[in-house]
Amino acid sequence: MTKQKLAFNWASSCGGCEIAIFELGTKLVELSQKIDIVFWPAIMDYKYEDLEALPDGSIDIAFMNGAIQTSENEHVAKLLRAKSKMLVAFGACACMGGIPALANTTTRDEIFANSYSETPTTVNPEKTRPQTSVHIKEGELTIPEFYNTVKTLDQVVDVDYYVPGCPPVGEQVSKVLTLLVEGPLPPKGAVLGASDRSLCYECKRVRNERKIGKIVRTYQTIPDTQKCLLEQGIICMGPATRGGCSAVCLDANMPCRGCYGPLPRAIDQGGKMLSALSSIFDAQSEDEIQKITDGLVDPIGTFYRFSMARSLMRRTMK
Amino acid sequence: MATNFEPKIVGFLCRWCSYAGADLAGTNRMKYPSNISSIRVNCSGRIDSTLVLKALALGADGVLIAGCHPGDCHYTNGNIKTLRRFKVLQKMLDQFGIERERVRLEWISAAEGDLYAQVVRNMTEQIRSLGPLNWKQKVEVMA
Repeated sequence: MTKQKLAFNWASSCGGCEIAIFELGTKLVELSQKIDIVFWPAIMDYKYEDLEALPDGSIDIAFMNGAIQTSENEHVAKLLRAKSKMLVAFGACACMGGIPALANTTTRDEIFANSYSETPTTVNPEKTRPQTSVHIKEGELTIPEFYNTVKTLDQVVDVDYYVPGCPPVGEQVSKVLTLLVEGPLPPKGAVLGASDRSLCYECKRVRNERKIGKIVRTYQTIPDTQKCLLEQGIICMGPATRGGCSAVCLDANMPCRGCYGPLPRAIDQGGKMLSALSSIFDAQSEDEIQKITDGLVDPIGTFYRFSMARSLMRRTMK
Repeated sequence: MATNFEPKIVGFLCRWCSYAGADLAGTNRMKYPSNISSIRVNCSGRIDSTLVLKALALGADGVLIAGCHPGDCHYTNGNIKTLRRFKVLQKMLDQFGIERERVRLEWISAAEGDLYAQVVRNMTEQIRSLGPLNWKQKVEVMA
């Protein structure tokens, strides 16, 4: 049996998805009977030239994590797509933009101003900003363009499968890898390694009547470990988020932040969560409702923490 | 600003009060702008925030949600749920940079055809002066 050729690559990401693959441990060794890794810059010294040198369509399965925030990310995504028979968007960033896509609530100019001028440790009186091309004595120097709007992987190339999560939990990664290597393959566009029902179905906490009189932020309280967090006034994205992670955050007494993305038929995770949350406000009059709403500090950052680039609005306008 | 700009407004009207109110405006031959495309829903409480966002993202310049007056809801408190969502949605739309005049919640009873006509007139003029939303194009420009 010929071994399947696998590639792993990253774009705008933190590296956590690479760790999720390492979490497979001995499973990866077992699989090595069936797979060959031909490109994985996170663990070995691969260069883009190595990828370019491969014939088109020669990689069987390619995993790409991270959002598309620079022209380099986009270039590599297109390159990997051309070289691969199957491309998997791996992790919340590749699927939905993830944390990097919160940059869509601001602009490139604001990000540059903050990073290159406003931070207290920065001294930059000439207001120098990164340029995509600079001419110096020795010739021209170029760096990739930084985009105003962060994109998902499927907004720049065709994607075959999606594996959500920040990062996808190890157990699920193992199942997905086995499925893709051994088959039978699911239909194109399927979301793998996640459940089709909301996280609440996996959550072990006790639910009574969901009513919120006041929104509480996690740093303001130590929540009861048995009761539903929403009932305690803590915004938990569970109702609007796919399960599949076994509610690991809830076990650590932290609310779900929504990294597994929207449920199968929901087109916008944030809109769904907004509706779910405000419906349980324990308030009848306009004033009471306004008072609870005032306790919600950052609606976009809360409801679209991982899905901004895949949301209906995609970004904010100033 | 283009002077021939005609706002596109999507109206979600509850079947028991506001849609009947709109009907009354029609049968009484009240004049109001044709800029609104009304969609009948069983209850304003059915209006998921996602639908408002979708309308705006796909090209609407404004969205009107209209339901029964508080206390009159056919399903007891659907309109109060709408009010709760609307308050949070307003806060979120502020963050997105969408003017408050573009998304409105109004209580219009089956007897208030004149109020319906007035709300549509008023909203159309406000949005006309704000100009087109063009969300999709703006997002493309900001790529």
